[in-house]
Amino acid sequence: MEHISYILQQVVNGIQLGAVYALIALGYTMVYGVLRLINFAHGDVFMLGAFVAYFLISKFGLPVYLVFILTMISCAMVGFIIEKVAYKPLRDAPKISLLITAVGVSLFLEYFLSLKALFTPNYIPFPRPFEIQTYDLSFFVITNVQLLIFIITFISLFILYLLIYRTRYGIAMRAVSHDKETASLMGVGIDGIISFTFIVGASLAGVGGILYGIAYPQINVFMGIMPGIKSFIAAVLGGIGIIHGAVVGGLIIGLCEVFVSAFLSSTFRDGVIFIILFAVLLFRPMGIFGKRIEKV
Amino acid sequence: MKKIFLVFMAMALLAFPSFAKETVKLGLIAPLTGDVKTFGESSKNGFIIAIEDYSKSGKYKIDPVIADDRNDPTEGANAALKLITQDRVIAISGPLTSKVSIPVSEIANNNKIPMITGAATNPKVTIQDGKRKPYVFRACFIDPFQGTVAANFAIKELKAKTAAVLYDVGNDYSKGLSEYFKATFTKRGGNIVAYESYQKDDVDFSALITKIQVKRPDVLYLPDYYNKVALIARQVREKGLKSTLIGGDGWDSPELLKIAGGAIVGGYFTNHYSPDRKDPVAEAFIKRYKEKHNTVPDALAALSYDATMILLKAIDNAKSLKSEDIVRYLNSMKNHKGVTGNINFDKNGDAVKSAVILKVEKDKVKYMTTVNP
Amino acid sequence: MRFFTESKWFFFITIIIYVILKALFFSGMASSYIQQIIQYAVIIALASIGLNIIYGFTGQFSLGHAAFYGIGAYTSAYLTKILGIDNLFSYIPVLMACSVISGIIGFLIGIPILKLKDDFLAIATLGFGTLVRVFFDNSDKLSDVLGGSRGFVGIPKITNLELILFFTLFIVVITRHMINSRFGLFWRCIKDDELAASSIGINTTNMKLKAFTYGCMLAGFGGAFYANLYTFLHPSNFDILKSIDFLIIVIIGGMGNITGTILASFIWVGFIEGLRIILPSEILDIRWVVIPILLIFIMMWRPYGIMIKKTK
Repeated sequence: MEHISYILQQVVNGIQLGAVYALIALGYTMVYGVLRLINFAHGDVFMLGAFVAYFLISKFGLPVYLVFILTMISCAMVGFIIEKVAYKPLRDAPKISLLITAVGVSLFLEYFLSLKALFTPNYIPFPRPFEIQTYDLSFFVITNVQLLIFIITFISLFILYLLIYRTRYGIAMRAVSHDKETASLMGVGIDGIISFTFIVGASLAGVGGILYGIAYPQINVFMGIMPGIKSFIAAVLGGIGIIHGAVVGGLIIGLCEVFVSAFLSSTFRDGVIFIILFAVLLFRPMGIFGKRIEKV
Repeated sequence: MKKIFLVFMAMALLAFPSFAKETVKLGLIAPLTGDVKTFGESSKNGFIIAIEDYSKSGKYKIDPVIADDRNDPTEGANAALKLITQDRVIAISGPLTSKVSIPVSEIANNNKIPMITGAATNPKVTIQDGKRKPYVFRACFIDPFQGTVAANFAIKELKAKTAAVLYDVGNDYSKGLSEYFKATFTKRGGNIVAYESYQKDDVDFSALITKIQVKRPDVLYLPDYYNKVALIARQVREKGLKSTLIGGDGWDSPELLKIAGGAIVGGYFTNHYSPDRKDPVAEAFIKRYKEKHNTVPDALAALSYDATMILLKAIDNAKSLKSEDIVRYLNSMKNHKGVTGNINFDKNGDAVKSAVILKVEKDKVKYMTTVNP
Repeated sequence: MRFFTESKWFFFITIIIYVILKALFFSGMASSYIQQIIQYAVIIALASIGLNIIYGFTGQFSLGHAAFYGIGAYTSAYLTKILGIDNLFSYIPVLMACSVISGIIGFLIGIPILKLKDDFLAIATLGFGTLVRVFFDNSDKLSDVLGGSRGFVGIPKITNLELILFFTLFIVVITRHMINSRFGLFWRCIKDDELAASSIGINTTNMKLKAFTYGCMLAGFGGAFYANLYTFLHPSNFDILKSIDFLIIVIIGGMGNITGTILASFIWVGFIEGLRIILPSEILDIRWVVIPILLIFIMMWRPYGIMIKKTK
């Protein structure tokens, strides 16, 4: 009995981590869908979310819901600006240039925020806006933070689902992912849709950042690199460009990470995730939910 | 006649002190930024106060050269190289953490520059592959002693029968302490039920804590720096793990209570000194520090002060400013009265000193007991 | 013999540089810290030339170059420490071994990876780079002297100016020869348009693999020299940020331009390391904000690197 309880507890831990990865992975997958670009700077938007929230809570002491809203807006703006300034001018350039630019934006965000005048490269304790409460459910223990993560992720996904499948914007996004030229011939404003995609993706990453900061209250300007890479792997695992793929992929990666720590050794955690990446790229590059791509 | 002449000379010297004194450069390597920056700040403060105290009566004018190692071994190595070859310092005080001190000690030793670390406790700082590094000294105790003290305390005072250890695999300090704790705890009949490691950048300890929780240990040993310990402690208590927390001198920072809050209250850690110490040298230093910085000095400040004062004393009393002479003096030095206790170097260049055990309470740290080597 | 005569300019310039540097070092005008930086710049140039072959000439976007640099470094550190090597002659076989090992690993990884295109190649190489770094972090489980995430100390110091300068000269000459041969021609074809290249009969898989392996071997050489220069290794020196460093150098110097890479390496190291001595740390941190901005501008203005004019 205790064995099951232990495994269930680890599952809860895994979902907690996986939910945050899912939120970030959504941004990667949506942007890749419309632009065929891996936005390396996305992990840093996640980091930005955590820092903006830290700033709002510690300097202004705002209530939680306001922090969420303001952070989402800030991240959305940053996502919009990045797209307009760095990616749009290069839309017709060789793919490599876009990739390098994305790397450049990522580095810029990290190092700019690490300046001594701003946030410094130190590890900053994240001020949790409410007290921790633990609920003992006999099989496992769950905290209000974990519940918050599940609820918010679920709500975000629900809203996103409505957006993509029930609104005209969503139809336009899917059209642009499918075939950009034809979509524009049909009257879809490509630039607007691309910006919209970035805004949505960045907001989700921002939410992820806040949740991560609340769950693991120590933030640092380089905190986005690894979660960013892992979330991207999650998106690839689920099928790049596919919304539910990002979510499932995120949860799987989160669970893997926790289970490897629990049953093997925590030092192999990252290694296993990259082995998963290789396996996917070599044997099923379209991901779990992807359709087999014809080799050109 | 002689007396008047001497008085006249003294007046002349006092009137033109700078003319009489030769300038000597003394280096400090400390983590002024990075994950243990309070250590670095304290260390710098101790260093500066030591130089000020020395300047009142010392033979030389000291030019301090301070370098930031960010608690990163590569940064520390670069800083050491620069201090030695570019700035040409006579000696180095620091670094503070073992993980930076180990590579820096290699560099200092290879370049024949004396180095005294105030706070790095891992044995590998002064000994590599069984051989002593002649130019490297330390003004504090070493981890075999520290880990043992913690284990003995757990067994005797806390009456612990089972213990879990959670350490940073990339940190010699953390790893070393864990090994010595485990050895002593097991030797005295205790049972180590979990021995888990994490990496420096990890923030999510849920899997590891859950793994430890099922074993229900009496104590949990967390030998890492305050930043990480605070983070882990919070998650430990959130998950409902009730073991008593024990740690080492890496806990010594006002930030520990600030960041961890209630989670760390009731924890114990081994340290180099307690500011409640009744001793004229300690009290004078504490008073100076309080006036200058508005706060009681922590162990890092006191140790840095001691290490620097020892270096300055050696520079003053050695036959010459040559490294070999400074080292010869250090080896022969007896009973230096430091803020952190009586300091004598043993054959490995390590100081033979007592440890104190401190308890973390709601708003302060309480002194429990002293353990002699 | 033809390529030797064509490269005679390189010989002359190198000898002149060597004489100047040696004089500086001897006279004491350059402290041993500066000497170390100069040797480091040559090492970086060597490894960056490797990446230039992979990316600049053949167009394969690799974000894992630092991994091969690290493999060379750790191999050399381990062998020289265990075997107690301290002189030039016994060092040569170790050097060769390091680059061969880096090359073989590059070859094995390349077989599956080079089938991928741009973005996915980038992520795959990034993934490999991180895997190697995780390996280094756990290396003390393999052998305690490797130090794991605590770092590898006590490596014998063997690298000196003569060794690194003349060896790099040798490599540059060989590389130029390869570039001017059919290898270079095929590589450039692949970069321009892989589909077209394969349709005219070039064995693209083979050629890409050769470029990748050669580039990894050069990285291995560089890493070995680095280990025996700094005498201290830490896994964090070989992560994604280091791979990005090499990439930046190749881009600034110009893709497919060896001289550009060498110049860019010196500028880069000079900027990063050299400034460390001159500027106080507050201003130093600004360089890391300026660099990415510069990178973005270069991408917009001259996507193929500063030294190359075409802006297709």
